[in-house]
Amino acid sequence: MRRRPVFLITMLCFGFAFFYIPILSMIVYSFNGSRLATVWGGFSTRWYVSLWDNRQVWAAMVLSIKIALVSATGATILGTMAGIALARFRKFRGRTLFSAMVTAPLVMPEVITGIATLMLFILMAQWVGWPAQRGFTTVTLAHITFSMVFVTTVVQSRLSSADRAIEEAAMDLGSRPWQVLRDVTLPVISPAILSGWLLAFTISLDDVVITSFTTGPGATTLPLLIWSKVKLGVTPDINALATLIVVVVGIGVALAGWILRRAEKRRDLDARMAFRSGT
Amino acid sequence: MRALTGLSQWFDRRGWRDLIIGLPYVWLLVLFLLPFLIVLAMSLATRTPTAPPFGYGGDNPLLNFEGYARLFTDDLYIRSFLTSLMNAGVATLFCLALGYPMALGLTRISAGWRGILLMLVILPFWTSFLLRVYAWMGLMGRNSWFNGLLTDLWNWVTPEAWALGHIPMMQTNFAVVLVMVYTYLPFMILPLYANLERLDRALDEAAMDLGSRPFRVFVDVTLPQSVPGIIAGGLLVFIPAAGELVIPTLVGDAGMPMIGRVISDEFASARDWPMASSVAVVLLILMVGPTILYSRFNARAEGSGPLEAQK
Repeated sequence: MRRRPVFLITMLCFGFAFFYIPILSMIVYSFNGSRLATVWGGFSTRWYVSLWDNRQVWAAMVLSIKIALVSATGATILGTMAGIALARFRKFRGRTLFSAMVTAPLVMPEVITGIATLMLFILMAQWVGWPAQRGFTTVTLAHITFSMVFVTTVVQSRLSSADRAIEEAAMDLGSRPWQVLRDVTLPVISPAILSGWLLAFTISLDDVVITSFTTGPGATTLPLLIWSKVKLGVTPDINALATLIVVVVGIGVALAGWILRRAEKRRDLDARMAFRSGT
Repeated sequence: MRALTGLSQWFDRRGWRDLIIGLPYVWLLVLFLLPFLIVLAMSLATRTPTAPPFGYGGDNPLLNFEGYARLFTDDLYIRSFLTSLMNAGVATLFCLALGYPMALGLTRISAGWRGILLMLVILPFWTSFLLRVYAWMGLMGRNSWFNGLLTDLWNWVTPEAWALGHIPMMQTNFAVVLVMVYTYLPFMILPLYANLERLDRALDEAAMDLGSRPFRVFVDVTLPQSVPGIIAGGLLVFIPAAGELVIPTLVGDAGMPMIGRVISDEFASARDWPMASSVAVVLLILMVGPTILYSRFNARAEGSGPLEAQK
């Protein structure tokens, strides 16, 4: 006989209340008719309407999405390469430094990454004349750098748990090493690459600190816009914007997770079927 | 044409491999290692009223250790290091106190519920960090329903002489710790869950059969086996919390800044690049120990890396 773990279930309830009450409260207050953000003044959707008409918000959102698309793609290409290098090439010159450079950004405080990258850009502008001004390009370069290591970790862990027998079989059948990589390894790790891209995309979309250091006049991303408003306090239109972001991202992530899981399940099933018909 | 065949032969033989290693390598050298070396060099430069605001060699001393000396003499820096360590440490302990039972609870419920609840732990990660901090600003403000509820509770419990109009929560270290616990709790739950999930329940049952009470089983069997998970999760909270900038800027006490805010202010407001760099270097040195400890225990907690925690 096993007793129900009453204490543990109570803690779970408390924990999830702690997780979600602030978010729910923010959502409820985004429909607040009052100009004062924390005093209830009746139901209203006026903040959503004023948000819709706010050109600044639209421009910032478009810029954020552009940066996130470009930097997630760049980070996925470079990060996947680094992951393959670390998981499949046992020995190469400078491997220790390489794996240190892939791990260190994960624990580097963002402020330090921010000022370090900004100083690089300023000194480069002085010495080689580029970048003449900071904006889209500099932010994207910085985002690629700190999000590629997350892709690397995803790809690397996937590769080290993947079955190498298929790759070896392809080798034995006479494929050249890089053909094996292209035709066997990459398809096998494609779900990991996709989730790495998603991770890089959301990290870029979310970043405040590094962006605030590497951006320039005229290039305000959505988090930077929110940051500059939030520093002054709680306002109802930010509640509405926050609600939209949380709802859209939440649904998107839940959907993506579900699709990825289904694809993985189908792949496992296919592999098992293939194995069974082979024996 | 010859050149093209030569190129494709090179690619086929070893070029593909060199490219896969070389491209990310060069990228990280230029955009990660080089900036880091600049910080290191900058910490020994001298502040000058030029643009960019530093001098190196020439009229200035080649190596200027003044920044490091000031770190140990000006108590602003020592105090902010201590504030950071204390806030991050207290937040880590609270994350453990709340996250451990939650992670253990997740291993004891039905598989269907577990999937949904794990999803709910991970979901806030993907939504904006800034907005999660902001959500608490709405709750802690002096006119909010949450603050009102706590104020009523306080006035009901305490004698009338201590009655308060509202509870001052914003701009305190209490607020910083609370929001840190809120934002970093999943970092604690996920590695702990990965660790606890792999434990062999047969050991629990053996201990039960031998007459141990559930609490003793927990203390003697479960807890010792989850130490790697506790340390991995704890460091995963502590390391980013100690260098945090957003939370102390939005809800923290400006009179008792955390070290991340000091670096940012020295750099942006005071335009003292060498000093900001000195503080950054010392912060990084302090982080090396916990990071090495983390990677050691993370391997033992069996594949519960920062990545799995991120997803």
